[in-house]
Amino acid sequence: MAAVASKYEEIRKLDVEILSVSVDSHFVHKMWQDNELSKMVDGGVPFPMISDGPGNVGKVYGVYDENAGVEMRGRFIIDPDGVVQAIEILTPPVGRNVAELIRQIQAFQHVRKTNGQEAVPSGWYPGKPTLTPGPDLVGKVWQAWKVKDAF
Amino acid sequence: MKELKIGCGKPTGAKVGEKAKEAAPETQSQAGKEITMSAVRVGQKAPDFEAPAYQDGKFGQVKLSDYLGKWVVLCFYPGDFTFV
Repeated sequence: MAAVASKYEEIRKLDVEILSVSVDSHFVHKMWQDNELSKMVDGGVPFPMISDGPGNVGKVYGVYDENAGVEMRGRFIIDPDGVVQAIEILTPPVGRNVAELIRQIQAFQHVRKTNGQEAVPSGWYPGKPTLTPGPDLVGKVWQAWKVKDAF
Repeated sequence: MKELKIGCGKPTGAKVGEKAKEAAPETQSQAGKEITMSAVRVGQKAPDFEAPAYQDGKFGQVKLSDYLGKWVVLCFYPGDFTFV
């Protein structure tokens, strides 16, 4: 959470809002913010920390673990129309990669900006070549895009 | 964020359009009370919900549909004070 908070300004500049959710009460969120997060990042977590005690929201999103009574590391990128564009779900011991989150947001925003005319190949970052699907591209991706562009 | 009145009870969140669990009448069968685990899919609408939240020293209420028109990253995690 602190990692996301540290990149908050960069993410906000992309016109993206962050909402975090766990089963902890909003009182515990305050304590975590005051006692730990604010010591890891200047100002702590600036976005809303949602409290989902009984897991009602987590169940709807398919990330609630009934046995453990906690929510898995589920991350959903939702576009301005309220449509889910990307999902990543990890079990608790492995953390996420904020740089990859930002990359995916930029990629989805690029596709949206081109009204879906352009597609974004593997490993794309802003500035790298995109592909324009159409009859002329069939069987020609090997000419338009090189595997090294993915890295 | 809509301000939340602070009481001693623990407010809960719910999918919009669905009653919070504790409001269900007692006569309702157990099966009827369960919120079934569903899977959200890419390319489909994100289910709307409203739930209590903490932000900037204040307690409030967050509703997902209030963010329509913006990109949103919804981030679940196992718990406060966990290590990763």
